[in-house]
Amino acid sequence: MSKQKQKFLEVSTGEHFTTGNHAAAEGALAVGCKFFGGYPITPSSEIAEHMALRLPQLGGNFVQFEDEIASIIGILGASWGGVKSMTATSGPGYSLMVENIGLGMMTETPCVIINVQRGGPSTGLPTLVGQQDIMQTKWGSHGDFEPIVLCPSSVQECFELAIEAFNYAEKYRLPVTLLLDETLGHMSERLIIPDASKIGKVERKKPKDSPEEHLPYKADDDLIPPMAVAGEGYKVMVTGLTHDERGYPNLNVETQDKLVRRINDKIRLNKKDIIRVEEYKLDDAEIAIIAFGSVARAAKGSVNRARKNGIKVGLLRLITIWPFPDERIEALAEQVKKIYVPEINYGQITREVERSVHGKTEVKGIFKLGGAIHNPQEILKEIEGDA
Amino acid sequence: MTEDQKELLESEAHPLDGFLREGRIPHIFCPACSLGSITNVLIEAINESGIDPKKIAVVSGIGCTGRIAGYLNFDSFHTTHGRSIPFAIGLSVTDPERKVIVVSGDGDLFAIGGNHFIHAARRNANITVICVNNFNYGMTGGQAGPTTYAGQFQTTAPYGSLEEPFNIPNLAASCGAVYVARYTALDVRRVKEAFSEAIAKNGFSFVEVLGSCPTTYGRRNQLAEGKKILEFFAEKTVLNHDADTRDVRIDKDSPIIVGKFVDIEDKPTLTDNLLALQRVSQAKKG
Repeated sequence: MSKQKQKFLEVSTGEHFTTGNHAAAEGALAVGCKFFGGYPITPSSEIAEHMALRLPQLGGNFVQFEDEIASIIGILGASWGGVKSMTATSGPGYSLMVENIGLGMMTETPCVIINVQRGGPSTGLPTLVGQQDIMQTKWGSHGDFEPIVLCPSSVQECFELAIEAFNYAEKYRLPVTLLLDETLGHMSERLIIPDASKIGKVERKKPKDSPEEHLPYKADDDLIPPMAVAGEGYKVMVTGLTHDERGYPNLNVETQDKLVRRINDKIRLNKKDIIRVEEYKLDDAEIAIIAFGSVARAAKGSVNRARKNGIKVGLLRLITIWPFPDERIEALAEQVKKIYVPEINYGQITREVERSVHGKTEVKGIFKLGGAIHNPQEILKEIEGDA
Repeated sequence: MTEDQKELLESEAHPLDGFLREGRIPHIFCPACSLGSITNVLIEAINESGIDPKKIAVVSGIGCTGRIAGYLNFDSFHTTHGRSIPFAIGLSVTDPERKVIVVSGDGDLFAIGGNHFIHAARRNANITVICVNNFNYGMTGGQAGPTTYAGQFQTTAPYGSLEEPFNIPNLAASCGAVYVARYTALDVRRVKEAFSEAIAKNGFSFVEVLGSCPTTYGRRNQLAEGKKILEFFAEKTVLNHDADTRDVRIDKDSPIIVGKFVDIEDKPTLTDNLLALQRVSQAKKG
C-alpha cells in the first residue's frame, strides 16, 4: 500500500518520526475519535490542525469553535450524539473548560481533553513548558468528582495513552484528561503505530432493556450505567442538576448522596485498573525520585548518573496522575529514606506525595517555576548535596 | 356539547399525553407565566412537523425557560448556563438528519451565551433557536439583563436600568440567521406558526417570543398580573413582516414590532459544509 493511501486510514500503521502532539492526535483517530471541537492555543494547536486535516478524510467532523467553552460543551454534545469526541487546549483554555468538565462528570459523558501544559499563571509562558495544571485537572471544577488524568512522557506514549484515555472515558463514562507538556508536545522522536488489529478499543456499554423500561442513570453492579444516546429511541434525559435513576432532577439530600457517591466510587473502587506507574531501578533503591511527563526523562538520567557515583537511586514514574497512586507511594516510603519530586511548578505533586507517605520518609520537592525541564545534573546535585 | 366533547372533558387523558415526561408535572412555572402555553405550542409544532420523534433533540441552558427541555419526552438536554447552542451543534453535526431545537431564555442566550449565538448564526448551524424573552432574570429573582430596557426596574436596577437592550431580531439577522421571527406570548397562534416554520427550515432559524413574567418583571413595572402583561402586549404590538430589523428595538414607550422578518432559502448549513468537506478530502485519496 502506498504511503498516500495509508494517510486515509484510521490507524496510520508504520514507523514515524513525529511530535507528541501529532502522536496524540493519531492515537485519538486510531481508537475511533470522530469529532473534534477546539480553539487555537499554543502549545496545543498542532493537535487541532492535525485533526482538521485527518478527520474529514475519515468521515469525521472538525469544528473550530468560538472559544474553549464552546469546544468542551460541543464535544459533550457530540458524545451524546453517539460518537467519540475530543478537544485539545493548554492551561488558559483548560481554565475556561472546567465548568463544563463538571457537567461531563455529572452527566457521565465520555470524552477526552488533551491539555498541553505551558507555564502559568495567566498567559504566562505560551511557548514554554510547565507542569502547573496538575491540581487544576483534579480540583478545577466545583463539586466532588474523581477525574482520570494520564500523563505520557514520550511521543510513543502520547499515542498509546490517547487510546487509553478514550478507553477509560468509554468504560467509566467520564471526561478523561491527557496531560502533555510543551516539551513533549513539540519534541520529535520515533513513533511506531501498530497494525489496526492491535489497537485495543473499548466502547461504552449499551442498554439491553427496552426504551419503556430503561432508566438512564440506573447503574449496574460496577456502578456504571449503560449509555443510550440521542436518536436511539430511549428519549434520554440529561441534566447537570442532581438527578435520580430516571435522569429527572431531584433536589434532595438522599438523591445527591447516592449520585455523588456513585460517580466518585465508580473510579475509587477501580483504582487498580486505572493507576499505572513505571518503576525504574527501584528494587534496591535507597533514594527514590517521583517524576512524570517530560521531567521523568531527565530524572531517568539522574538515576543512571547517581548509580554510577555509587548512590542507589530509583525512579517511580507516574503515568496515572489522578486517581493518585498513593498506596504505591506509601509502600515506597517504607523502603527508601528520601523521596525527591522534581516538577515544573511550585509544589503540586510534592504535596500529594507528602500526603501519601504518612510521615514514613522525607519528601523534598525540586521546583522549577516554568520555562524549562530539569537538567539531570540539577536533580543529581540536589541528591548528592543531601547525601 | 357533543358526546365526544363531553367525553374529552371528563377523561383524565390530555391531548399532549406522551409528549410530556411522566412524573415531571406539575412544572415549576409561576401562575400566569407564559412558558406553559409556549411549551404547549412547541409540542404541537414538533408533533405536526412529521419529523420522526427519534430525530428530535431539545437542548436548554439554565433559567426558567431552560427548564422546558426537561419536561419534554424527546431526547432532552439541560446543559449549563449559556451553553446550549454549542452542545446543540455537537448533537446536530453527528447526525445530519437530527433536528435540534434550543429553547432558552434571553439572559442565557444573549448575556452569558451571546458569543455562541452570534457564531452559530454566522456558521449557519442547522439548529432552531427559540428565545423566550421575559426582559429579566426570572429564576434568580428578577435581576436586570441584556434585554432589560432603559427605565425598567429590576432588583439590580433599583433606580431603573440605564442600559440599551439588545435588539435581538436584528442581532440574529445581521449574523446570518436564515429565519427570524418575533411574536408575543399573547399570540400563540402566530408563535406556533413561527415554531413550525423555524423547525422546517434548514439552517440557523430563530424565534423570539416575548413572554409574560408577572412575578419578577411585572410586579416591579406596574404589570403585576399575567393579564396586565398580555394587555400591555396587545396595546403595544404592531404586526409588520416587512419591518427592517434595525427598527424593531424595544424600549419603554416604543411599539413592539412583531412579524417574520427574515426567511432565506437554500443557504448551505454547517452540516452541509462539513459533509462537502468530507467528500472533497476523501476524493484526494490514492
